Amino acid sequence: MNTLELAFFGACTIVAFVGALLTVVAKNPIRGAMGLLATIVGIAGMYLLLAAEFLAAIQLLVYAGAVVILFLFVIMLLGPSAQSKRDSRDAVSRYLGAGVMLLSGLAAVFLLFRTQAPGMTTFGKAPKDFGTIESIGHQLFSTALVPFELSGALLLVAVIGAVAVARGKQVDPTLLPAPQPKHPEAAPQLPAAPAAPAAAHVKEARS
Amino acid sequence: MTIPLEYFVIVSAAIFLTGAVGFLLRRNLLVLLMSIELMLNAVNLTLVAFNRQYTGDHTGQIFTFFIIAIAAAEAAVGLAIVLAFFRLRNTVRSDDADLLRN
Repeated sequence: MNTLELAFFGACTIVAFVGALLTVVAKNPIRGAMGLLATIVGIAGMYLLLAAEFLAAIQLLVYAGAVVILFLFVIMLLGPSAQSKRDSRDAVSRYLGAGVMLLSGLAAVFLLFRTQAPGMTTFGKAPKDFGTIESIGHQLFSTALVPFELSGALLLVAVIGAVAVARGKQVDPTLLPAPQPKHPEAAPQLPAAPAAPAAAHVKEARS
Repeated sequence: MTIPLEYFVIVSAAIFLTGAVGFLLRRNLLVLLMSIELMLNAVNLTLVAFNRQYTGDHTGQIFTFFIIAIAAAEAAVGLAIVLAFFRLRNTVRSDDADLLRN
């Protein structure tokens, strides 16, 4: 086995494992997002090892550049209440997750050493244009054109739906905790509809 | 490439198992979404490894491309739902998402 390739693979594996463990264990979601980022970078390195350069670039651009940043934005928007609570059930679940992860990692290492058999599947020589953006684009637009267009529509629908869900303010008022507006004019969370009849009523009472 | 295919499959299985355990055990909605991303990444790695080994074309990589697009859409919608839920209940614990109970 080529030592350099094995070292690169081992480094990517360690980075991905540590990232996954951090994602599952971290109490602070920002640390979890950083762990997810490490996993994504490690898997992108494995894509490079598999000669899938286009996918490695897409992985870094879309996942590390968009999805993780979106997670970080939402975590910062939620503030300190995004952290996991310090109750005992949550701690038990976190450390149970860590334990299962470590067991699975040990099992993976054990399997790696047990399967050093001559019958292991080594990769053949890659085709000349394997994994380049040109050949993938050629096949994407020749055999998978309709799903490609549909994925564009899916992304558009997802964006519109995310905006509609995130800015919707029509909630059942009986489910909300009682609103305590400190300054009535500085309460943007409240719907404007209940305030208008009160104002009209005041105006009527004045006149 | 002299690293066997089984190595990639084992690494992918371990990462998938981590994501599954995190999804089943954690109660923070943000961590739940990140665990889903972990599982999708593990599946993508398997697809690319098998594509490199067994097919002459790029079918697995095209599948991976679509999975990445769907994961981005899922993250956007899921985070919007988490935001709306946080506005409603002022928490991100999945135990508190019980509006439809009873």
